[in-house]
Amino acid sequence: MDAVFLARLQFGLTAGFHFLFPPTTLGLSFVVLILETLYLRTKNAVYRDLSAYLVRILGLVFVMGVATGITLEFAFGNNWAAYSRTVGDIFGAPLAAEAVFSFFLESVFLGILVFGRDRVKPKTYRLAAFLVFFGAHLSGLWIIIANSWMQTPAGFRMEGGRAVLDDFFQAAFNPSAVVRFVHTILGGWLTGALVAMAVAAWLMLKGRAADKAARLMKPALLLFAVSAVLQLGAGHAHSVQVTRTQPEKMAAFEALWRTEDGAPFTVFGIPDAKNERTRLAVRVPKMLSLLVHFDPNGRVLGLDEFPKEDRPPVFLPFATYHAMILIGLVFIAMGAWGIGLLARKKLGRSRCYLKLLLFAVPLPYLANEGGWIAAEVGRQPWAVYKVLRTSEAVSAVVPAGNILFSLILFAAIYAFIGAVGLSVILRTVRRGPDNGQADAGKGAV
Amino acid sequence: MDSGTFLQNVWFLLIGVLLAGYSVLDGFDLGVGALFPFLARTEDEKRSLAGAIGPVWDGNEVWLLAGGGALFAAFPMVYATVFSGFYLALMLVLFSLILRAVSLEFRAHDPVRRSVWEAAFVGGSILPALLFGVALGNVVAGVPLDARTEFAGTFFTLLRPLPLVFGVLGLSAFLLHGGAYAALKSDGPLRERARKAARTAAVAVGIAFLLSFAAVWIYLPAAVRSVPAWVFSGLAGLSLALCFLAIRKGRDGRAFFFSSVVFLSLWGIVGAIHYPNLVRATDPSLSLTLVNASSSPLTLKVMLVIALAGMPLVVGYTVFAYRVFKGKVRPDDGGY
Repeated sequence: MDAVFLARLQFGLTAGFHFLFPPTTLGLSFVVLILETLYLRTKNAVYRDLSAYLVRILGLVFVMGVATGITLEFAFGNNWAAYSRTVGDIFGAPLAAEAVFSFFLESVFLGILVFGRDRVKPKTYRLAAFLVFFGAHLSGLWIIIANSWMQTPAGFRMEGGRAVLDDFFQAAFNPSAVVRFVHTILGGWLTGALVAMAVAAWLMLKGRAADKAARLMKPALLLFAVSAVLQLGAGHAHSVQVTRTQPEKMAAFEALWRTEDGAPFTVFGIPDAKNERTRLAVRVPKMLSLLVHFDPNGRVLGLDEFPKEDRPPVFLPFATYHAMILIGLVFIAMGAWGIGLLARKKLGRSRCYLKLLLFAVPLPYLANEGGWIAAEVGRQPWAVYKVLRTSEAVSAVVPAGNILFSLILFAAIYAFIGAVGLSVILRTVRRGPDNGQADAGKGAV
Repeated sequence: MDSGTFLQNVWFLLIGVLLAGYSVLDGFDLGVGALFPFLARTEDEKRSLAGAIGPVWDGNEVWLLAGGGALFAAFPMVYATVFSGFYLALMLVLFSLILRAVSLEFRAHDPVRRSVWEAAFVGGSILPALLFGVALGNVVAGVPLDARTEFAGTFFTLLRPLPLVFGVLGLSAFLLHGGAYAALKSDGPLRERARKAARTAAVAVGIAFLLSFAAVWIYLPAAVRSVPAWVFSGLAGLSLALCFLAIRKGRDGRAFFFSSVVFLSLWGIVGAIHYPNLVRATDPSLSLTLVNASSSPLTLKVMLVIALAGMPLVVGYTVFAYRVFKGKVRPDDGGY
């Protein structure tokens, strides 16, 4: 096994594991903010108890995100020293900005959310909830800016083999940054909202705290349903952008081997890159051209336009991209079904729907990870698109054995803290919300 | 010698400020972690001690991430050379920090493995507290770099006398700082044990400081001519003595203040004897300095805007959070 492969595997594992947590934080912090706002408006202690319940879960999710995020701040120096030297002039700034503007904000105010309920006024507490929500989203913006620059680099010039910053705003708001940000944030809202809905559904199924569960379900379901519809638009816009800025990546997503006028959308298939064909393909004629060009006869570039050494792998981007789209469509249906039940006041009694919510919890995680894998594997063979090859980005001085050693330890430690973390989170869910009725007046304005 | 542009000098200083901020803030919770088994005997005491750092350790650790990010942005050559060169040592720090990050929450919520998480908290605090000094000692003492400024040593290159005494100095300073903080936040037998630990640690800092002084004299004779280094050394010695006295008199707040000044003075010494180097190479012509390792002027300028816009806010709400959580802790405060 060579160092490049091991370094990629290590980055994939550590970043992929980390990426379970931030999207959950994005969505859960939104639900907590909604609950705190409802509490301030209605003075109903139920909302405060629900918020406290979700804050306990958010605290655990956040700490897992912090623990697994530390690695990534240093990962580019560890395994990607050549990358860091070549593009550090541009890539380092968003990482530093993320720490300065977001990590401090999130950490300090999450401390107040988790530990400070009785130490600050309710309005200050709600402000803390807002700042955690805001910090999480700002953090997402900076890291998406960094990632997008690898996909669609802009605002720089090459000098002596190094990228040098020309224009900060062009680099930051490069062609894929904004649409990728919206798409990722919506993925986070769907994740956190579904987690909150599943918690509420579980309480309802167990017949515990039914009134509270209903009051949690409603805002979470609305957030979920709205996000699912918005995600259809954001995902679509992102795909149109990919077609424009990284056509070989879209060709890989769709296993489009040859350029076509009126390209079909492949609903299902097993891409075979060696023979450049897709087995068992189920295609909708002209659909891809219609989707990305709004013209059924529009030309979509195929993989044959690109030299073999510049083509991304096909199987993994194809499979993960299609899984993500499928899950996105399932979410729209789930949201619509839930809203229908809510409108007819049947939500609490539909055991079928409530059970579906429980079993659906892994889906947003699969969609988030799938979309990320499609985006990053689809970027190959480049670390920075058409600027630096992944094979030339690794650390020259780190032997493959050292990477393997650290990779094994990362896998072991992450498996351990992942398993314990999951059981601790489930235990926190099972404890249920507090019953703060007795001191409902305490702390209220 | 080229003394660099204004921006390069500012960023040399700011990296130092971020790392010094990290050691003053995360320093006390690392110290509390390292002293945990010696200070807290009963479950209530353990929960108090965990609660004393629970709301703040995470924000403190961000100073390290900010330092790492700023180093990447301002001096990418240093970021690349050090973190790929010190690979295994850095992995040990990362594994420690990962396990430590989850340890307090898991200790509270995973009673079956309580002792495992306690060990992770203690070990995950001691190891970084020791290795930070070793790493700093290496870049100050000089490491073998090749013509491409890549690290040309091994893991064992890092374990030389000067870096090792720096490691011991760093560890004992973290212990002093943690002991002073624990005394400030607790009362009863816990506070007494914290004061005793801090007193012992203060003596250890004194001895390790003299050893480091001797090591610098032997291995970096030129450093002895630096006037600012002498000034900061005097300040370090003075604040250490005042810290010791404050601990004896039971003035916990003052002791914590002076243990913070000890850290800042130590960083002052490092800055004085290291400037303008960021990584000294065994062959001085290959050293990474603030001139040859920095980003472009535009990036340094953008980063300065980011730092000037962001850091005052950070300091403001950090002070606010410490005021929210001020005072002695009780076992139930932290929710652990």
